[in-house]
Amino acid sequence: MDKEILDKYQPIIGLEVHAQLLTNSKAFTADTTEYGSLPNTNISAITLGHPGTLPRLNKQAVDFAIKMGLATNCEITRTNIFARKNYFYPDLPKGYQITQDKTPICQKGFVAIQLADGQEKNIHITRIHMEEDAGKSMHLAGETETLVDFNRAGVPLIEIVSEPDIHNSDEAYAYLVEIKKLVRYLDICDGNMEEGSLRCDANVSVMLKGADKFGTKVEVKNMNSFRNVQRAIDHEIERQIAMLEAGETIESETRGFDANTGLTSGQRSKESMNDYRYFPEPDLTPLVISDEWLDRIHRQMPSLPHELYAKFTKEFGLPEYDANVLTDTKEIAEYFDQVCQHTTNYKAASNWVMGPVKSYLNELALHVSEFPLQPAQIAEIISLVDSNKINHTAATRNIFPHLVKNPATMALAAAEELNLIQESDDNALVGFIDQVLQNNPKKVAEYKAGKTALVGMFMGEIMKLTKGKADPKTTNKLLQEKLKAL
Amino acid sequence: MNIDIQTIRKLAHLARLEFDETKEQEMLQDLNKILDWMDKLRELDTSAVEPLTHMSEEVNVLREDVAFNAISHEEGLRNAPKKDSDYFRVPKVLD
Repeated sequence: MDKEILDKYQPIIGLEVHAQLLTNSKAFTADTTEYGSLPNTNISAITLGHPGTLPRLNKQAVDFAIKMGLATNCEITRTNIFARKNYFYPDLPKGYQITQDKTPICQKGFVAIQLADGQEKNIHITRIHMEEDAGKSMHLAGETETLVDFNRAGVPLIEIVSEPDIHNSDEAYAYLVEIKKLVRYLDICDGNMEEGSLRCDANVSVMLKGADKFGTKVEVKNMNSFRNVQRAIDHEIERQIAMLEAGETIESETRGFDANTGLTSGQRSKESMNDYRYFPEPDLTPLVISDEWLDRIHRQMPSLPHELYAKFTKEFGLPEYDANVLTDTKEIAEYFDQVCQHTTNYKAASNWVMGPVKSYLNELALHVSEFPLQPAQIAEIISLVDSNKINHTAATRNIFPHLVKNPATMALAAAEELNLIQESDDNALVGFIDQVLQNNPKKVAEYKAGKTALVGMFMGEIMKLTKGKADPKTTNKLLQEKLKAL
Repeated sequence: MNIDIQTIRKLAHLARLEFDETKEQEMLQDLNKILDWMDKLRELDTSAVEPLTHMSEEVNVLREDVAFNAISHEEGLRNAPKKDSDYFRVPKVLD
């Protein structure tokens, strides 16, 4: 579509994110929440909605919801009433979903996102409420019936509802990245969109720039990756603008995104939508969050990505790029932070963690907790390089691989064992330099005739002779002096 | 407040109930009686009264997050009108 036409309109986007909580048991019963169990094995009379059963709230699910609220600067609701959301669908055994309606546990927060130009923008959070997941229905081709698996029914969720502060699909993407980072730092959800433990619906509308009233919003569902959320939003914005340009009216409806075509298509119009008839859930007592409870959660809060980002850029003076890469996951950030407790060469520590450490983990598909070296060992390698005992190449090519295989070894001992302690003793080096120059009289003559590029070749010979142990900086300086004096 | 037969039909559909014409009329009258009574209650000023959502004073009846599966797969499926070895089977539904 013409950029000129697109530019006439202002898209308005709000996101609803469902996050499956990493509790051991379900929200209101003890069934395990394990992913990938055989169908209909993580069940109970409560999950199956048998008459006479009573739900009982999982305390951990409440802790997790409060954590997310604190991480997103929300107010925590002290008196919570659960509600029933009534509708009939085979994957909802009770005929209602237990959720929160009037009293979401968290309200009025915000998440700061980074825009492409480096600016920060706050996306406001309307509410975060607790609810339970539904089971899974499968409509297999060729089957005349629908198959239902209740393993997921009753798994605790939080739904994070943003204000319509998002103005394009890049901001939506950045917001989701931030939400995923937060739930993973808090260890309350694994953040896996492909497996459905993080799900996102987008409310999209467009209006002419400068208009004072939002356009009619359309809800888009069915996106199973961050990239697809972005594609779905882009498509929906263009579709709506094209309709308005053609003089058509946008209807309030729910549309599904098709990842194969990149298009959205109508699922149901809001008019024919369910009337959920919310009312207070009589089977659950009110949930009251005391000061003590809130204090306990405050004390359990880990450092959050933006706090570590600020520490790494301001306190450690790292480039923004480094800070971004290092804070991507909590584990890497914490590992780096620990390396920095043993060295003050923060940039070198960052290079080591972003480079050799991360590549090693990626190559072997390991988690940071499985990395064989202690942060102090990385700091020791850095200090050996900084004190010119070993050169950087030897450190990355020899010492590091040796240490990950022999993690009990000290870096210095490894350097000695591998005979990598470098010659920075001037007299010894001068001896090697002389030897190389004497062995290559022809090249020396060419050098004197003006072929100064031969310095590199002399350096190479010296490195060969010393088996790479010559400190390159000192050697280069001494070699230059020698050549000048010839 | 009074409701009409259309509202009765909508409510019946939402609750998946079916009434014949006589029953429909009965329901209409009953519901209207209930709503009249609600109107009577509404004459009282309750603006300073917290909603009574629960009859008991009890709060925070919680569970620790300990997992165990209380019933077996077979027990869970036993009362299902239709099933196979893995799943509950229901008439085909599409969103």
